[in-house]
Amino acid sequence: MNKQGNSYTFIFATIMVVVVATLLAFVSQSLKPRQDRNVLVAQKSDILQSVNIFVPTDEVEDVYDDIIGESSYIVNFSGERVEGEALEVNMQREVRKSLDERNFPVYEATLESGEIKYILQVRGNGLWGPLWGYVSVNDDGTTIYGATFDHAGETPGLGAEIANRSFQDQFSGKKIFDDSGELVSIAVVKGGAPEGDSHAVDGISGGTITAEGLEDMLLNNFKGYEQFLKNIERNSHE
Amino acid sequence: MSNDKEPLFSAKNLKLITTPLGKHNPITIQVLGVCSALAVTAKLEPAIVLAISVVFVMLFANLTISLLRDTIPSRIRIIVQLVVIASLVILVDEILEAFAYDVSRQLSVFVGLIITNCIIMGRLEAFALANKPWPSILDGVGNAAGYGVILIIVGFVRELFGSGTLSLPGVGTFQVVPEQFYSMGYENNGFMILPPMALIVVGIIIWIQRSKDKSLIESN
Repeated sequence: MNKQGNSYTFIFATIMVVVVATLLAFVSQSLKPRQDRNVLVAQKSDILQSVNIFVPTDEVEDVYDDIIGESSYIVNFSGERVEGEALEVNMQREVRKSLDERNFPVYEATLESGEIKYILQVRGNGLWGPLWGYVSVNDDGTTIYGATFDHAGETPGLGAEIANRSFQDQFSGKKIFDDSGELVSIAVVKGGAPEGDSHAVDGISGGTITAEGLEDMLLNNFKGYEQFLKNIERNSHE
Repeated sequence: MSNDKEPLFSAKNLKLITTPLGKHNPITIQVLGVCSALAVTAKLEPAIVLAISVVFVMLFANLTISLLRDTIPSRIRIIVQLVVIASLVILVDEILEAFAYDVSRQLSVFVGLIITNCIIMGRLEAFALANKPWPSILDGVGNAAGYGVILIIVGFVRELFGSGTLSLPGVGTFQVVPEQFYSMGYENNGFMILPPMALIVVGIIIWIQRSKDKSLIESN
């Protein structure tokens, strides 16, 4: 057969594509369960980081079971529990719905000291792509205990700094509501937050748009959790 | 064909492995594949993982192309090479995601970018298409190792001086610079973990290599 002819070329290309496609499809299918497990472990690790617990990957599942275990659930806009598994909520889909139709996952962490922290899941948009994270709140429903954020593709050294501990640690002790109970959220202030301001953290030089995205993300998601947080606050007085 | 078989590691074959490590190093001499060398070397661990991945991709890409070299229609040979490289890279990516998730998150797009690493396609086109499988494997391993060695050296220097630690795949991160140094006023050089320092470290390696082997210096 003429190896430079058209029909040979077509046959060669067809066989090659079929072989490669079969191989890759097979590999992808057989590794899928392991990959899904890894993603879940990474998510649990993020959740733990928001209550300032840092453990190596192989201990994440045990610690998660200890501290949170089954006490995760979904609430709706009015703060009532609804059916479903918090870990299975697809935030990417949720943020496209209007606030009163959204599912809001909550993870209840019981720390070694016996304190209960409520972990909220947030998602929004940065400069180049999505941002997401977890914010843990004390049982007064307003004071932030810890936070962790990550991003898909913010600029390294600039916007990507939101994934840094030093940035995230600033959130500890900040307040979501003001003294009169109004939702204020946390502002990310360019040039540095004023001393003692419990509703602001320092921004990142060169990462202004990412910081604005983060600010919007927090405000929007806290709006959704508002009723839930107020319920916690009320319960803590009882 | 002659009857006496060439030994597997004859002097000629060994040269295929050793020259890319030194005299024909893809990064320091041919200056190929530099962008990934800059991007993943802030820590040692991803540098090692990427080096191993490239060795894997290159070995099997060279082998496959060499085995198929008499059947590939020359008009679509570049596409065939690309398909072979791309599927191997996807394979590596899937395996990393399943077995080394943390590292695969760190390497993010750079595993996928192995596809565009000019060293690989260069070797397929220049060597594997015209040579038997065994020399092709050696050539592939040699070139990938030459690339990997530089990656690892740069990663080592940058992590040691930038973070004071060294990280190894599967083992974890070690504090190398002792605590006393810090209390005596030593500080990590934060500049080291930024991409420009990778370029400077590669530059220094090139400088050292050329001052040792004068034949590498171009005459102007």
